[in-house]
Order: sequence, then structure tokens, then C-alpha cells
Amino acid sequence: MEKLDNLLKKFPELSRDNLIPILQATQDEYGYLSEESIKRISLALKLPASKVYGLSTFYNQFRFSPPGKFHIRVCHGTTCHMNNAGLFLKEIQKILGIGDGETSRDGLFSLEVLSCIGACGQAPVISINGKFYDRLTKEKLKSVLLTYRNMEAV
Amino acid sequence: MVFTIEVNNRPIQARKGETILSALRRNGIQVPTLCNMKDYTPTGACRMCVVEIEGRENLTPSCSFQVEDWMKINTHSPRVLAARKTIVELLLSNHPDDCLYCERNGNCELQLLAENLNIRERRIPGKKSAYKNDKSSPAIVRDPAKCILCGRCVRVCEDSQAVACLDFTHRGSELIIASAMSKPINFSNCINCGQCVIVCPTGALTEKIQFEEISNALHDPEKILVAQYSPSISVSLAEEFGLKGTRDINGIINAALRKIGFNKVYESSFAADVNILEMAEEFLKRQEKGEGLPMITGDCPAWVKYAEQHTPDMLPFLTSVKSPQQITGTLIKTWISEKEKINPAAIYSVSIMPCTAKKFEGQRVEMTRKGISDIDTVLTTRELARLIRLHGIDIDLLEPEPSDDPMGGISSSGKLFGVSGGVMESLLRTIYYKHSGNELDETKLPKLRSFKPIREAQLKLGNTEISVVAVSGMNHAVKVLDEVRNKKKHYDIIEIMACPGGCVAGGGQPITKDENAIKNRIKALYEIDNREHIKTAHKNPQVIALYEDFLSEPMSKKSIELLHTTFTPREVIL
Amino acid sequence: MEEIILNSETDVFLMQVVHLDKVEYTHSMESRLEYLRHDKVGRPLILVSMGTASQVAGSDATYAKICQYSEERNLDAEIIQSGSIGMSQAEPVVSIQMPGRTRLFFSNITEDRVGSLLDDVFHNTIPAEFCIGQLRNDKHEGYRDTLFLDETGFMKLQKRVVLKNTGIVNPESIEEYIARGGFKAFVKTIKHYSSEEICDMVENSGLRGRSGSGYPTGKKWKIAYHTSSDQKYLICNAEESDPGAFMDRAIMEGDPFLLLEGMAIAAYGITATKGIIYIRTEYYQSIKRLEHAISRAREIGILGHNILGSGFNFDIILRKGPGAFVCGEETALINSLEGKRGMPQSKPPYPATSGLHRKPTIINNVETLSNIPAIVGKGPDWFNSIGVENNAGTKVFAISGNIRFPGLIEVPFGMSLRSIVFDIAGGPPEGKKFKGIHMGGPAGSVIPVSLLDTPLTFESIKEIGSGIGSGGIIAMDEDTCILDMVKYFMDFMQRQSCGKCIPCREGTRRMTEILESITRKPVNDNGHTTLERFKGVMQLESLAAVMKDTSLCGLGQSAPNPVLSTLRHFREEYEEHIFDRKCRSNRCTELRTYFIDVELCTGCSLCAKKCPSDAIFGTPRHPYFVVEEKCIGCGLCYESCKFSAIHYK
Repeated sequence: MEKLDNLLKKFPELSRDNLIPILQATQDEYGYLSEESIKRISLALKLPASKVYGLSTFYNQFRFSPPGKFHIRVCHGTTCHMNNAGLFLKEIQKILGIGDGETSRDGLFSLEVLSCIGACGQAPVISINGKFYDRLTKEKLKSVLLTYRNMEAV
Repeated sequence: MVFTIEVNNRPIQARKGETILSALRRNGIQVPTLCNMKDYTPTGACRMCVVEIEGRENLTPSCSFQVEDWMKINTHSPRVLAARKTIVELLLSNHPDDCLYCERNGNCELQLLAENLNIRERRIPGKKSAYKNDKSSPAIVRDPAKCILCGRCVRVCEDSQAVACLDFTHRGSELIIASAMSKPINFSNCINCGQCVIVCPTGALTEKIQFEEISNALHDPEKILVAQYSPSISVSLAEEFGLKGTRDINGIINAALRKIGFNKVYESSFAADVNILEMAEEFLKRQEKGEGLPMITGDCPAWVKYAEQHTPDMLPFLTSVKSPQQITGTLIKTWISEKEKINPAAIYSVSIMPCTAKKFEGQRVEMTRKGISDIDTVLTTRELARLIRLHGIDIDLLEPEPSDDPMGGISSSGKLFGVSGGVMESLLRTIYYKHSGNELDETKLPKLRSFKPIREAQLKLGNTEISVVAVSGMNHAVKVLDEVRNKKKHYDIIEIMACPGGCVAGGGQPITKDENAIKNRIKALYEIDNREHIKTAHKNPQVIALYEDFLSEPMSKKSIELLHTTFTPREVIL
Repeated sequence: MEEIILNSETDVFLMQVVHLDKVEYTHSMESRLEYLRHDKVGRPLILVSMGTASQVAGSDATYAKICQYSEERNLDAEIIQSGSIGMSQAEPVVSIQMPGRTRLFFSNITEDRVGSLLDDVFHNTIPAEFCIGQLRNDKHEGYRDTLFLDETGFMKLQKRVVLKNTGIVNPESIEEYIARGGFKAFVKTIKHYSSEEICDMVENSGLRGRSGSGYPTGKKWKIAYHTSSDQKYLICNAEESDPGAFMDRAIMEGDPFLLLEGMAIAAYGITATKGIIYIRTEYYQSIKRLEHAISRAREIGILGHNILGSGFNFDIILRKGPGAFVCGEETALINSLEGKRGMPQSKPPYPATSGLHRKPTIINNVETLSNIPAIVGKGPDWFNSIGVENNAGTKVFAISGNIRFPGLIEVPFGMSLRSIVFDIAGGPPEGKKFKGIHMGGPAGSVIPVSLLDTPLTFESIKEIGSGIGSGGIIAMDEDTCILDMVKYFMDFMQRQSCGKCIPCREGTRRMTEILESITRKPVNDNGHTTLERFKGVMQLESLAAVMKDTSLCGLGQSAPNPVLSTLRHFREEYEEHIFDRKCRSNRCTELRTYFIDVELCTGCSLCAKKCPSDAIFGTPRHPYFVVEEKCIGCGLCYESCKFSAIHYK
């Protein structure tokens, strides 16, 4: 929690206005919001923990379990949907056995569904650790996932 | 400024600045609401109060719109009625169909709306969300499946009680009210005050029903059943059964409890008098030493839990005297069992309270001696009403009976415990007497009888004047404590009750739509004080007898051992 | 009072330029500016489009390769990361300008094509198959037989006001922005106009909010201007969370200073001193560009205290929206900025009188604000002359879906939708039948082909039961099932509803369920489930009406739009799904019926084992068969068959 304390020092004002930026910075630091972090932040901002928790569950960005080594973001925008993103999403969930916002048991993969990456001309699109894969097909998807799994094995 | 607007083709008077809803209600036009709460700013969440205003495209929520002089309003047009009906049907499409098994059956706002809107079939099919019932708390049960997400509990918990144990979490169709980290209530900072139960329109929040335990004990031939009931339940129970204030309600409760099968019946006001004597002594000792001031009352278990969680720095100031419930409990299992040669382990002690937090207090580890709990089960006023009905007792035909000796004698001091400022009033009567040897000329302290949440008063004790405050509603209490902490205010005694208005408005009291109910309950208690001959704790002959017979004197070694307790800071998610 | 100390000689020069009128430039200034705005280049200039869409297409690798190429060959070229010109299918786009020549744009320059492209261009050969066109510039020698960019089909009918510079300039160069006349409008504002005059000017220009409502911007500003308060706020809504909409992102990535200038003028107009850009967290590139732009603007004194000695104070901070569609709604956005759940509140009071911290607050979106510099710079009459009556100016659209040339386009109001879809974006892919377009985000409406001649104005689009929305257009051809789309939108709204008011929270959910039941075969087809299906369909319209009528905010009120518009224009597709259990586009997989090809089936029995409804029968090592009445269309057999023996109809 030392990192969190240092991070809190960077904010000139520990006011509710800064709650979201603080939570964002915390998640950037730790990859997720732990119970400990939420407690610490609510104490620092003199806010009830229920409010901090209620707020963080409202927004898509915040997660409450650590992300996997490979963080998969699936675009489920309109055009991606038209190009079967829904089926690909199901396929990913089937292969990895995780749902939106979850992390696989081995800690390797985590999944996040985005409402639109905004690369609609190249749909469907996913990104893994920031690297994009566009104009996806089922075969391409499977081979990409396999590549990452093998990457770990090596 | 008053002007005329047209509602349902008839003119009505409206005041500038008021909401449409308030104008309608004042003119006797009823518009249903679910999320609306008196004295709170409207949120406009439930959309039940929509009305049709000529010239506006959509329907308008009357709770959050101000009236304007040009308005032509229709409150019950087919379009409005269809909208309201659909909204209730939408709620019902995600509501368990178990009214018959529901705690609030017959007293549920959703049920009533469905009835009034003439909903007779399930028109909108749909999957229901799967939720878990949270029974973790000794006092409060939450059933999210029945929650219609009106947010009243969230607001009362944060705004009125300064606890904010609950908030909306998640979003959209996954929206659910929960405590921090979605933990069960027992791990949260809930103070068990039960105000959420009082405001909940449905059965989503209820007290933990302990019927089963009681009926098991009632049918156990080995057990001696003893009941005590709080001073503030008699007035509200009378409401529940439609009794006239002129009848001896205590006597009727005694008779009813004996019919149910209780062997002995006491009113907790006896112990309230004991509590006053102990507290008065403690105060005078603290004052003499000049330490531990202000002395803060600890009768309200919700406040005590709040202090242990949120303001541990205030714990040393709390009086160590147990609450009347716990004093009665202790005396039953010590004094009375000794006197009547009953094995304390055979006693099953039930307490009937206007309060949900008392269920928690009864379970505190500090309230157990040699493995025997002072109190075995705590019931709320609502549960008692049910118990009476369950046993088929016709209240109207009951003849009043006295409470059992040696704790049958009461003073009106003890009665006043039910209302904010009442403990203080009783305490000052005795402190004055103990200090000066004389009775107060006028026992009533009008400053403590205002309907304000914070009531300050002063009393001359010889050459010094002590300054006291009685506060109810945790939000106000927090304010007072902050002022004390910041040395902006000085008080010698602070009385804190968590529920706004005191125990008459407790979380275990009957849930009523009558806006004047609480004021009426308070008035009834003040009337008892007027009527009663013995108005001070130290004049209660049976209390005097208790000290002579058993405890010797207030703050004696024995009374400290039996009637005083301790507090410890509590770690919860704040 | 802090005085801005300009760090470099260039910055001093830039401030000089900002203060002067064009006619006052000296010769040497002009010549220096020519280089800064890349009218002249002394060495080869290479721009790599680095917008998000370009990055998805691999522009990072392209950029790296170009740098490597340049280094290896000691090219002494200036390599810039630019925004995107908006042709999505052409990404990654690379443009090259040789000294003395016009700039050439090339499409689809992936990493592997970099070498040959640069080889060619540096040897004065133009690979025609990759060349999009050349940028018009009288000062340079053009290439023969090469189209000018503004002559291409995609660009010809466009009128670029806010997208004028995106993809063409270096978005990280305040020098280039100023050299091209940037911040002149702002300087003019603070030097020559009162706040009220600015509000007037914007009102007279006829600019209307570009986020969908079409409320007159100047009128809104005036409300805030006339509300007295010790503090006012200007918020730029850059949350842009409609799927399929990326107009604002393109502006922020391609021309961030334009937005800053628009905000500074707006703030002056409403007398706000604090500006906040509420931006989507996923817009990494935009955030980076804006952060850089803001710090540069502060450095030279365009933002900050006592700006250019005028006494006007204004600064901008960036706030990342943590992700909630409903935060596009003004009051929800304000709640989010105040550190609360982004739940909308009842209006009135409107934010213009009581917004952030209960102070007067104006919320405009990126596109609206980006129009401001041109309005002040060229005058309201100029702006009013673009477009049609009551609908002045241009509108940016992001068009995608079943379309030949997806991308970003900016067109004047009044153009027909058909022109946009067919003339600019090229219509449906070859050989496909066009079905219609969806406009206005997830709560928008579907417009059938028959109504495409409607001109683009707020009123006419509303008349046909739709809305312009923020500017996403999804084109749909025969392969797209209307019900599948509507179900997608409803599901989106169900997940994005804040949950506060009952009609929206419960209504979107029930409507999604009803649509799901229509696009699925009943698990057991007894009278009851059929009845429920019918009941559901009958409820759709009445539910939609109540949601529109009673929901708290725009999200709930507009959520039923996709259903209502398609019930109106595509009723026959609903009926086919309901009565015939047939999806003409073959998209609703759960309505499919599977059958086994006896020639290919080896009788391995795997499909029968997988079938959850025991609809597949047979004897091992003999062909199996599907009992149509029992098949629920889940497709598990289809996926499991190792011999491709299972087909569907």
C-alpha cells in the first residue's frame, strides 16, 4: 500500500472531485482495485467505502480482480457486431473459460469487452496487451490465442 | 404567491415555488409515488408520479417539477394511467410472486399500487434476476429480489443516519443496492438502527424475525419465560391495534403476554429508573473529578455501535451504565432468580423493543455473564403484534393486569426514555435532587421537548450551571460531536438517540403511512408523564427496594459488576 | 501575477505571428511561415497517419519501418506522425512530399510495403495502385496523371471545416497550427470583442449542437453568460461512446489545437475560467495529443493567467471518463466529474444555470467547439452560407458497416443521405442489395433505402422518425438482419442504462428479452411459449411508448427508437421471424435448421452426443439425421462435425 500512499500524495486535493482520477491512477498502478485500496482511498478522502465501491462498480473501466498476463480487449461495437464479434466473443469465452471482467485461473488471460474501439473500417477488432488484430476470422482468432498461450509455455 | 392552475379541468390553488406534487396533495389529489420521501430533495427515479401537462411532449414527474401558472395538468388521463400501470408491471416482472409469504404482505406499497392500478395479469413476461438473501446480520435481513431500487434506504442511511452503509452498485439491469465490496451486512458499518426498514416500500429490508426461537421456548416445559417490554412500544402497539389512548395499555400488554405463555412480565422502565440512578451517580462523580465530561448516554445500541466504529475517540465519554433492556435482563437472571430460587439457566428472557439494534445489543459478548446471556431473544414491536395475532388474542376483550413484582413499579421518568430528550429530562430530575436534596419545582424541561433534532438546555446546580444537549438522528449527532471535538461547544451531558425523534420512531416500530404517527406517539408519552404520580426515578419505591435489598447503592461494587459495561473500537469497512 | 517567459526564439516568433494580421507579415516572416506550414519543404516530408484506426491497421510498424529506412539510407527526411484523413479502408495512409513537389497520399502502406514505396517515390515513380491522390497546392509542381485529393470520389462532395487539417498537419506542432492561421480567431476575440458579442456571433452563425440535440449553441451560451456567478465552467464532452462514432477522436488526434482554440473562445464567451475536457479513457492517442497541445499552449501563453495581457484567465484540464455510455448525458457527466455515479438528474435546473458544483456550466461536444474558430475567424455570415436554412455549417459523420469506403466524412447540411452513402461512401459492397442506414447511435433509428433522399437537416431527419445523433452511420445490406441489429442495440442500452429510473432499467431489459425470444426457436413448442412470444411482440410497442413517455433522461426516452423505427419500416422482417421462424439474412443462428449430408456423414455419432435437445438420431457407422421439429438451432453439431457433413438452411 506504500505505492498507493505515494500516489495519493501526488493529488493536490483529496476531494471527491478527484476520486475518479485517484481510482484510475490506482488501477494503473496495481492493475485493479483491491479491497485494501478501496478502503485506503475512502479513508483518505473521508468518504464512506460503500460510496467509493458503488461508484467504481458503475463504470466500465474499473475491475476488482488482477488482470491476466495477457489482457484481451474485444470490441463489440456495431460494425464489429455486424461482422460476428458476438460469435468471436463467445468463442474466446469458450476457449479461455472466462467472462467479461474476469481473469483465467492460471492468471494468463483476462477479458474486457469494449463498446467500440473506433476502428469500424477494420472490424472485427480485438487487442491483446495493446496490440491490435483486425479483420478477424475464426481461424485467425484461434491462432492468435494459441500464439499467446505458447508464448507463455516458452 | 398563490395562483390558480387547472388540474383535471378544475381550478386548484398552487403556491409559487412548490412542486406540482405538493400542490396536488394539498388539494387532495393523490398521485402515487415510490421514491419520494418527505423532507428529502426528489430524485425523480421511480416515475410513478408522472402527470400530463398540456404542451409538454413527454409526461412530467410531478415530484421534481415546480408548478407554474400556465399549467394545465391531467393527473389521471388514460395515458398517465397506462404509463403508471406499465411501470408497476415492469417492476412486477422482476419481482418474486411470493406476497403470501412476505413479511410485508398487506403493508406493502408495491402490492397496494398493483391493487390500485388494477393489475390482474402478468402482461410483461421476463426472467427474474437471481439474488441471494442476506441474513448475516443479527438485526436486519436484506432480500434484493424484492428490492425495487427506489433508493430510500440509501438516502436515509447516508443523509439521516450518517452511516452510508448502503449504496447503489453496478448499473442498468444489474443495478443492486449493496454495502461496500458487496459484503454481507454483518461485515459492513451498519449500525442496525433499522431506519431503512421503516422507509422500505417492500419486503426487501426487514428485521430478523425470531419467531421460531420464541415458539420453541414457549413449548419447552423446562423453561421459565420472562418478558420485558420497552416504554415506547405501548403507544405504538396501541396504534397497531387501534386502541384508545385512555385504556391502560401497559396492563393490556401484560395480560396479552401472559396469555401467550410468558410466566413473568416486566416493563423495562423499571430498569430505566435504575439506569437513571446509576447515570446520575456516575455524572456527579465525573463532575466532581472534573474528568470524562461530557458524559454521553449509551442506551441506544445503534449509537453505541456507531461510536465504536466511527468515533472511537468518544468511547471514554460514554457512560458505562447498561441500557434498560440489559439491566432488566441482568436483574432477571441475578436478583429475581436468587429471590425466587430459579436457576438462571432455565430462564428464557425475551425483550420486546421498538428497535432492531437491540437484537444486536442482546448478542454482544459484553452482555453475557458466566456463559449466560442477559437477554435470550429480542423482538420488535411489529413482531409482538404478530405474536399477539398468532395466538388469537382479542386485545379488545383483555382486562388489564399489573406487571410482576418486584419490578412492577415504574415512574414516568422511565417512560420518557422513548423520546429524544426524555432520558435527559429524567436524568436532570434525579441529578438535581441528588445534588440539592430538593425536587425540581417544575419537572418539565420545555427546551428538551421541542421537536427539533438538537435540543439544548441548561440547569442550575447550586452555583454552577450545567449545559446539556439531546440529539436524535445520527447526522445531527455527528454534528454535535464535531462541535464538541472542535471545542466550539461545551456540554456536560449529551444524550444521543440514533433514530430521528427517539425510540418512538425506532426501526422496530410499526410501519405506517400516517405522517403524524411519531408526533402522536411522543404526545402520548408526555401525557403519561403528566398523569403518573411518581415522576422521578429516585422516588420509585421498588427501585429503592432493589438497592436496599440487592445493590446497596448506585455505583456500588455490585452494581458496577452487574449493571455497567465496556466498549471497544470495532473494525469494519467504513 | 505570473508572467509567461517564452523559452525559445521560435515561441517568441510565434507570438509575434499570432498578434499580427496577415497583411502585416514581413517578407522574412512569410518565408519562415511557409516552411512551418509545409507549403515549402527543404527536405522530403513523410507523414504517417497514426490515428487509432491507422494503428489498428498497423501504422506503428509502418512508422518504425520508415524511420529505419530513412536512417539506413541517410535520407534526411522529416517524418511526422499525423492524424487521419478519414479513409478507413486505406489505412495505414502515408503521404510524401518531395521538395518543390505536391504532397502524395498512399493507401494501405503496411510495414512490408514501405521499402518499395519509398524506393519508387524517391526515384520519382508513383506506384499508381497505392496512390490516393495529391494535395492541391499552387506553389508546387504537381504530378501529371494523378488525381488531386479533392477530386477523388471520397473527397469531392465533402466540405471540410473542422476536418480541414486532420491528416495533413502535424498535430503535435503548435508552430504549424499558428503558421496556418491558428489562434488568430482567439486573439481577435480577446482583443476586439466582448463576451456578449461572441455569444451573438455564434448565435447568428446558426451553429447548433453537434451531439444530436441540435440546440442553438449561441443561445445556450447566453444562458450561462447571463447567469451571474463567481465561477463558471466550460466542459468539452469528448466521451463519444456511441459505438461506430469516432468523429471527435479524429479531430482530437488530427488537429488538437483547433479544439483548444474553440474552447478558449467559448470560455471567453460565457466568461468561464475553467475548462475541462471529459474524454474517453480508451482514446489514448487523443489524450496524448491533447496533453501535449495543452502544455504547449500554456508554454506560449495561450492558456493560463492573464492571457496575452488581456486580463482573461482560462485553463483546461483533461479528465478521463471511466467509461459509461450514459455519461454523454450532461447531468450524468457532471455527476461523474464530481466523483459520483454517473446517474442523470431531473432537469431543470439545466447545467447552463446550475451545473458542475452548482455553477453555470456549458457542455459542448468536440465538433461543436471545433467549429468556433472558423465562425469567429471568417464571420458568422460565412458559416451561415454553408448548409441550408436553420441548419448552417457542416456535419462530420463516421460511416461504417456494409459499405465500400468506410471512414470519416464532413458534408454541408442539406446534402441528401443518398449522396452521403452512395456518392461519397460508395454504397454497399459489390453485388449486395442495400437495406438502409442506421443513424444516431444505439438509440438511433434505421432509415430504409426508400427514405434516403431525405436531406440532411435536424428537422427532416426527425420527421422520418430518426435523429442525426452524434454522427455515426452504419450502413446495412441484405446480409444484415434488422432484428439482430435491433437486439444488439437494445442489449447495449440494457447494459448501459444507469438503472435509476424504472422504465429504462426494466424496459430495456424486457425488450431485449422479447427480441431474443423472436430470434430464437422455442425450446418446446407448446401453446404457452407461442403465446408468450405473441404477448411479447404485442407489448413491444406499448412498452416503447411508455419508455419514451416517462424515462428520466434522453437515454431511456430514445432507447426504444431502434425498435419503433424498424417496426415501422421493416415490419415484414419481424413477421418472418415470428410467423415463419425464418431469418432472411441468415444471421439469427438460433433460427437455423440443420441437416446432415448423407454422402459426407461417416456415422461417428459425435453430433448426436453433442446435441442438447436429442434431435439427432442414427446408427453408428451409418449416416445420421436431424429431426427438424426437435432441433433448437444451437449449432453445436455443426461446430463439432469433423467431416463438414452438417449444413443449415
